Amino acid sequence: MKEPVIKARGVHKRYHALEVLKGIDLDVAAGEVVVMMGPSGSGKSTFLRCLNHLEKIDQGRIEINGHLIGYRELPGGRLAEQPDRVVARSRSQIGMVFQRFNLFGHMTVIENVMEAPVQVRGLARAVARERAQALLKQVGLADKASAYPARLSGGQQQRVAIARALAMDPKVMLFDEPTSALDPELVGEVLDTMKSLARSGMTMVCVTHEVGFAREVADRAVLMDDGVIVEEAHPDRFFGSPQHPRTKQFLSKIL
Amino acid sequence: MIVPAYFDFDFFWSVLWPPWHSPFLAAAVLVLVMTVVAQTTGVLLGFPLALGRTSRNRLVRLPVDFYLWLFRGTPLLLQILFWYDGLSELTGNPKYLYPITRNALVAGTLALALNEAAYMTEIIRAGLQAIDPGQFDAARALGMRQRQVMLRIVIPQALRIIVPPTFNEYINMSKNTSLLSVIAVAELLDTAQAYFAVNFRYFEALSLAAVYYLAITSLLTAIQRRIEARFGERRDIPMPAMLPFWRRAIGLAGPMR
Repeated sequence: MKEPVIKARGVHKRYHALEVLKGIDLDVAAGEVVVMMGPSGSGKSTFLRCLNHLEKIDQGRIEINGHLIGYRELPGGRLAEQPDRVVARSRSQIGMVFQRFNLFGHMTVIENVMEAPVQVRGLARAVARERAQALLKQVGLADKASAYPARLSGGQQQRVAIARALAMDPKVMLFDEPTSALDPELVGEVLDTMKSLARSGMTMVCVTHEVGFAREVADRAVLMDDGVIVEEAHPDRFFGSPQHPRTKQFLSKIL
Repeated sequence: MIVPAYFDFDFFWSVLWPPWHSPFLAAAVLVLVMTVVAQTTGVLLGFPLALGRTSRNRLVRLPVDFYLWLFRGTPLLLQILFWYDGLSELTGNPKYLYPITRNALVAGTLALALNEAAYMTEIIRAGLQAIDPGQFDAARALGMRQRQVMLRIVIPQALRIIVPPTFNEYINMSKNTSLLSVIAVAELLDTAQAYFAVNFRYFEALSLAAVYYLAITSLLTAIQRRIEARFGERRDIPMPAMLPFWRRAIGLAGPMR
């Protein structure tokens, strides 16, 4: 079997006495779309943030494309945290979309999309602008290039955020509840963008409670509860005939 | 000597007009120069101090906390006397300290700047901490390094919060320069003293100084308004955290609208 794009092994995360991740194992193959669900506080967002080292981990290891994220292995097997420069380079290959969009408020839409290619990759501004324009067209916002984020609806802002992440040609896209902060009528446009991204072969890990999205494009659905993965299965089976009582209980609340 | 109870308008007017013959104009120019130099130095020192204050490293944070404790915990007047008089006594006044200990203007401006740096640190820190942590997350997730995150994303947005109260500090500084009269810097209050020490026309001499102070603060307030208007043009930028600062800046420096 091909080496998975994401390979997480025994990931533990503690905040002081509280253990939020209690040993997570997860493999995601190239082109696979994984949906993570679970009650709030189950650790799914924290796990997502560990995947690009926005959070440190206390135990275990995470590899993206065969490379450790955030750490390097010392002789003897212990892990040491990498310096900012190295972590930043790793992160530049992992796209992330946040619940609250987090667009840069002092930049126009197109500047938001150009920022990382220019600053991180050293791309010429003219080239970056052209590419950003193409990405904005892809998410249906070519006409908003020179607007400031505050002028956009939540759905439009989130689509810009997706374009901004894609501008770095990421190997993986992480979505942290991308539609939870949106008015109901704006959810569809963001999900449509995510669906077409999934169909284009992007490897995706999505923390979301959008069942329709999961059924339509996900290859696998995962239920997290209390810091562990309780069940993972193909969406048909996950939603159709869940095995674990906690999955049944969770689905009964959201379906 | 009997001081007659009337306003000596002839004296007042002869010193006020024409201004280019008045020692008060030279003093006012000196006040403006000291204000710009001391306050700008305070702002420039405030940035590294604010970053140090928000550092996670205790070894960086502790010296900054000590600095703030020291400079905010003692009166400015005491600090001015310390740099001009205290320092020379403490060190035996070696030659290399002459630029400070034998130059009241330098010692006084230094005292104002170092004191102001402590206050600017808190203003800048508040501005940096008002930035949504999500902005850090997004920038870091894109692969930006810590320095890029600060310079490209955080500081530009924090500046919109920092600038209004900073301008207020310029206005306050212009008035605090009057404290340098105690070490005989020829600023406005010292100039007034030079008059009333001779002719006992306290009210007239102090009024002359007041006229010039009002001119200076009015000038600075006008500049502040212009900058404020320029910020106001870009209303499409959401800055909820900025509102209270604006109010305070305008409330202190000019009439409320």
